[in-house]
Amino acid sequence: MSPAGPVPEHGPRARSRISLIVNTQPRELLVDPWKTLLELLREDLGLTGTKHGCELGECGACAVLLDGDLALSCLVPAVECDGRHVTTVEGLRDGPELHPLQAAFADHGATQCGYCTPGMLVAARWVLDRNPSATREEIAEALSGQLCRCTGYLQIYEAVESAARVLRGEPPSPPRLPAADRSVPDDAR
Amino acid sequence: MTPGDGRTGSAVGRPLRRIDARGKVTGETLFADDLSLPGMLHLKLVRASLPHARILGVETAAARGMEGVRAILTGADFLVPFGILPVSQDEHALCVGKVRFVGDPVAAVVADDELSAEEAAALVEVRYEPLATIASPEEALSTPEPRIHDYGDGGNVHKAVALDFGDVPAALAGADRVFEDLFFYQGNTHLAMEQHATLAYVDPDGLLTIASSTQTPHYLHRAAARVLGLPPARIRVLAPPQGGGFGGKTDPFNHEIVAARAALLTGRPVKIALTREEVFLCHRGRHPVLMRMRTGIDRSGRILGHSVETLLDGGAYGSYGVASTFYTGALETVTYRMDRYRFRGCRTFTNKPPCGPKRGHGTPQPRFGLEVQIDKICEQIGRDPAEWRIENATQPDTLTANWLEIRTTGLVRCLEAVVAASGWRERRGKLGRGRGLGIASSAYMCGAGLPIYFNDMPHSGVQLLLDRGGGVTAFCGSTEVGQGSDNVLALLVAEVLGLLPSDVKVVTGDTSLAPVDLGSYSSRVTLMMGNAAVDAASRARERLAAAAATRLEIPAERVGFGGGKLFDVSDPSRSIVFAQAVQLAEAAGGTVGTTGSYRPPTPKARFKGGGVGPSPAYSYSAAVVEVAVDEATGVVRVVKVWIAHDIGRALNPVAVRGQVEGSVYMGLGEVLMEEQAFCRLPPRLSSALVHRGPSMLDYKSPTSLDMPAVETILVENPEPNGPFGAKEVGQGPLLPIPPAVANAVHDAVGVRVDESPVTPEKVLAALRDPSRRFGPTTFPEVPWPEPVRVAPPWEGKP
Amino acid sequence: MMRLPRFRYLAPRTLPELTAVLADVGPDAALLAGGTDLLPSMKRRQETPAALVGLRTVPELRARSGDAIAGLTLGATTRLCELAGDGAVTGAWPALARAASLVGSPPLRNVGTLGGNLCLDTRCTYWNQTHAWRKSIGFCLKKDGDTCWVAPGSTRCWAVSSSDTAPVLCALGAEVTLASRTGERRIPVPDLFADDGIRHLTKARGEVLAAIHLPSPRPDERSVYLKLRRREAIDFPVLGVAARVRLGSGGVVEAARIFLGGVGSRPQEATAAAAFLLGRRLTDEETVTEAARLAAQVAKPLQNTDFALGWRKGAAREYVGRALRELARPR
Ligand SMILES: Cc1cc2nc3c(=O)[nH]c(=O)nc-3n(C[C@H](O)[C@H](O)[C@H](O)COP(=O)(O)OP(=O)(O)OC[C@H]3O[C@@H](n4cnc5c(N)ncnc54)[C@H](O)[C@@H]3O)c2cc1C
Ligand code: SF4
Ligand code: FES
Ligand code: FES
Repeated sequence: MSPAGPVPEHGPRARSRISLIVNTQPRELLVDPWKTLLELLREDLGLTGTKHGCELGECGACAVLLDGDLALSCLVPAVECDGRHVTTVEGLRDGPELHPLQAAFADHGATQCGYCTPGMLVAARWVLDRNPSATREEIAEALSGQLCRCTGYLQIYEAVESAARVLRGEPPSPPRLPAADRSVPDDAR
Repeated sequence: MTPGDGRTGSAVGRPLRRIDARGKVTGETLFADDLSLPGMLHLKLVRASLPHARILGVETAAARGMEGVRAILTGADFLVPFGILPVSQDEHALCVGKVRFVGDPVAAVVADDELSAEEAAALVEVRYEPLATIASPEEALSTPEPRIHDYGDGGNVHKAVALDFGDVPAALAGADRVFEDLFFYQGNTHLAMEQHATLAYVDPDGLLTIASSTQTPHYLHRAAARVLGLPPARIRVLAPPQGGGFGGKTDPFNHEIVAARAALLTGRPVKIALTREEVFLCHRGRHPVLMRMRTGIDRSGRILGHSVETLLDGGAYGSYGVASTFYTGALETVTYRMDRYRFRGCRTFTNKPPCGPKRGHGTPQPRFGLEVQIDKICEQIGRDPAEWRIENATQPDTLTANWLEIRTTGLVRCLEAVVAASGWRERRGKLGRGRGLGIASSAYMCGAGLPIYFNDMPHSGVQLLLDRGGGVTAFCGSTEVGQGSDNVLALLVAEVLGLLPSDVKVVTGDTSLAPVDLGSYSSRVTLMMGNAAVDAASRARERLAAAAATRLEIPAERVGFGGGKLFDVSDPSRSIVFAQAVQLAEAAGGTVGTTGSYRPPTPKARFKGGGVGPSPAYSYSAAVVEVAVDEATGVVRVVKVWIAHDIGRALNPVAVRGQVEGSVYMGLGEVLMEEQAFCRLPPRLSSALVHRGPSMLDYKSPTSLDMPAVETILVENPEPNGPFGAKEVGQGPLLPIPPAVANAVHDAVGVRVDESPVTPEKVLAALRDPSRRFGPTTFPEVPWPEPVRVAPPWEGKP
Repeated sequence: MMRLPRFRYLAPRTLPELTAVLADVGPDAALLAGGTDLLPSMKRRQETPAALVGLRTVPELRARSGDAIAGLTLGATTRLCELAGDGAVTGAWPALARAASLVGSPPLRNVGTLGGNLCLDTRCTYWNQTHAWRKSIGFCLKKDGDTCWVAPGSTRCWAVSSSDTAPVLCALGAEVTLASRTGERRIPVPDLFADDGIRHLTKARGEVLAAIHLPSPRPDERSVYLKLRRREAIDFPVLGVAARVRLGSGGVVEAARIFLGGVGSRPQEATAAAAFLLGRRLTDEETVTEAARLAAQVAKPLQNTDFALGWRKGAAREYVGRALRELARPR
């Protein structure tokens, strides 16, 4: 059962045509083989929701779901995405409503600068897809390739846990407030 | 405006979703590198491969011949220098004459796409005559020639300062005990997740527009106008939301100015997006600081005299360095009473990426030294370090030895809160081998009392526009770097007008559309922009109240605001909706627009060098850290952090908690693993001096699995100078973390690591050394200038 | 943004097609499995192959056969994440599952392959840097230069084998199949590695690593893997300790193999330590201490990874001790 014809070849001069499904939309485009999925998404498809912080696989900002698996788009050649499914942050919601993870991130302070957020969100989606009742430890492990310099991660965990509740049909948890010491009488209050 | 004034209860203190959160979770927020324009060209910089060298020639012909190359620029295109401080205008957009560190930009290539620009940049040949490399402050002091810059305080000393507040030697001589310690705090960098990017273009109206990841669009505006020789009114700087700043985007940068000139030159939009390595080269991060501290106490433990000497490794340019130098001494007095204080600070030039302001600007280093030294003192005199701190804490409405004005302080309550939450009294000393608790406290400014360049104008201005539909738009030049300043702006306006923050639209980070705000640095935005916002909103409120009063036929004082309505406070059922109030006001007095502005109070410190340190308010923090130390390897694991922060008033408790925990995270990174470290090859083999690992793999930022549990406690104690009593939270809570960890390590295994980061190597070395200590042992001779002598407030007038 | 250099991409559809292509395009081609090692190297211009030959379209490289009883054969492009979720692997070769689950970060393991992990380039703080960085210090022996910056007098490169699974597969007695246009050969995993930072694999250029064979473990066998690094995720091993022992009656060691990763240009076998353990008990603390001392002697770290050199030596002794104690723990 040997396939016919010469070995499929792309580049260096001729671009190759690939078709893939991005956020459930079929897309067909011409790409240079040295283009990464990150560049394809941001530059060819205008999907700038996916970020980049290193382009070397070290930070997680560029994470997307590739055939349902968490992957770093900065290390995936676009030519290898032919026929595959890609989900980016833009694909998390369908319509105006936020995905429960997005709503929870917004409500629990899990997004500060928001730069790690797209990668965090798809990573969170990936872990909850596989395990809707993931424990705090499992969530921390699943997010361990996603650096965040702003939050210290704890509010992110709380957001993922709250979203998991919603996805399981339970009510969301309210954002956790810091303990407040208001021991001094304050007439302005 | 006094706190309480004008509160409607509609926004302040409520855990509401940040107004910018939606765009961030949907991926719609556009950061600088997300911007693109038709016909956009791409820019790459050619950076120096030598640490210190004269430029003999730049050969660009081969690059120019490459397909897709549109322009090439060199230092000859940028003869006017710039720099953030008026006293250190020492940078060129592209180097002129010489290069000062590996990574200094020498030439720039503009091409159709980034890959082509990069390939062409690789063909630019620079010929150099190498100069001696200066790698450390010690080398800088002992090698006055060749000079890295031809200005400064002689040789390779950039700045040396000396301040005496009373006779400290006499105080030490009269002290019951005197403690002397040396500390070293390693340099580290911001590592904001977003890498700097700039898009420059000439807009259809002919305005040069620079959209850039900058925390200080106003200062970039000034620098660009100066270097490009354009009137500022012909330039518009946009600061889109940033993917983190932490101080790393507060200088005007060469790539920003080069992109602007390239756009003017080609007539096309030009984009530059730095690589992570280039961000490490831009740096402006934490200065490595060597410190000598001497403290004399009386029998009760009270500090009679405290002396701090700091030696800063400034890197190759001035940046904020003069201010940084003063900051290594300025806030030393704000937490604990000290009768007299002596400060000596020296910043040297070295052939490394320039240091500058990072979260806590210049103060985490001496804070580390002070807090560890106090721990040692308490150990020696047999005092509980928490009790000592509570007993010696500075008091509200007092002046410090160096004339800083403390108004409110929640320090004691912060200390008591973390002591209680951590079970300090019950658990300390009883955790078993290898486990320990450490404590530290700190203070930080809510904005610098003085602007960066001398002027009498406001530090922040806000304009409000109220439209007939009831829409409210707030315009302010402030920049959203992730800290939540856009939300604070909307929240405060909403609070005054009885709306929700989400009812207020903000236009920020735009030098053409919004009044000046000096920028997101020195924890100034909530207080300064906030006061300006409350000012503007209060004026709008007056107009609306007057109009509503006429309609409701009540005196204006009886008009209440809330729930999107204006109502009679004595009969809330009588009300009009907000939009109607705007229409009435517009009918009565024309378009409803107001302005507000803020200028901090004049500092009490009236001496040379007294400009650094004064602030309208100081925030306070205290932390207890629990660690587990593996005695066989020296590996330190942080088990838990309890932190209390004196926030004045939490405008949004969820957002405040995020700032506190983010600061804890960054403080842990600094004290456990982060290092902006350099590698020098044996000089006989190579003159190189390079960043050891300019990547996110080699620069160790803690991962989710490295982050311990944190218990955050907010101490609310409204500050009269803050908007509705609020103080800063973006920087202060980082400060107690590094020393608390070092103190906890001592509690756990009895060794002192007097230098950051507290790595396993150092802990193990201390465990094996008879001195049970790891840290610096010498402080070089520094040619201190004649001190400025100022008596402390209790000894006389300044 | 860091971008890949220009290259040609080939997508063979069968193993014969692959080996044929490899022979045809010659030395200027590189094999692309998950790409999590190769692509960063290319972005840093450490490697600039004219052609990349993709492995993901070759079904033979994904084949899996056998089981825990008969021994298991895994195709080279088996992803690391599949090992942790593979019941046969976690049951019979837990040290391998553990090592695979400690590689880098979750998204890297979702894409990175077992074959790629074995063939992972050696690492060095002077090598895993951009072209501009390497140019500024002067290129080193490993490529384009003539000095080793770690050991300037040296004529060889001391870049470090940094694979998590390599020491484990060595200790487990695994084998690999190498395929080329002229045929296949099967060799023990340790023989795949040369003690050289530049040509760290003994495999010929035209050979592709096709499969990994795990021998079935004996019931009285135990294995362990410990990893040392600064952070709990993302980081490469600065030290990996892989050990397998067979315990006879009364817990007496009947067979032992210990390999250390991260301390040399290939996984280093601690033969003296293993020999010392024979006939002794792991529950005996003195035995463990001495074996750890002997094992650590094969660790000859140089200053080209994270952590200070002297500390790494001590840590090697400590971690071998911990690994042996873990093997002794009753289960
Ligand atoms: C941030 C980061 C952290 C990392 N941390 C770790 C870590 O902790 N531990 C660790 O072990 N690794 C780590 N890695 C490296 C890498 O992710 C893994 O080693 C991974 O298993 C490599 O597999 P791959 O399929 O992606 O390899 P590739 O990149 O596709 O290939 C690696 C090399 O092997 C060759 N090759 C691949 N497959 C074959 C084959 N079948 N036959 C012949 N040659 C082949 C390639 O030509 C290439 O030279 C890390 C990488 C990054 C970017
Ligand atoms: S060990 Fe020496 S030759 Fe090898 S990569 Fe490192 S510096 Fe270069
Ligand atoms: S950009 Fe892909 S991991 Fe950092
Ligand atoms: S929110 Fe800023 S990096 Fe995570």
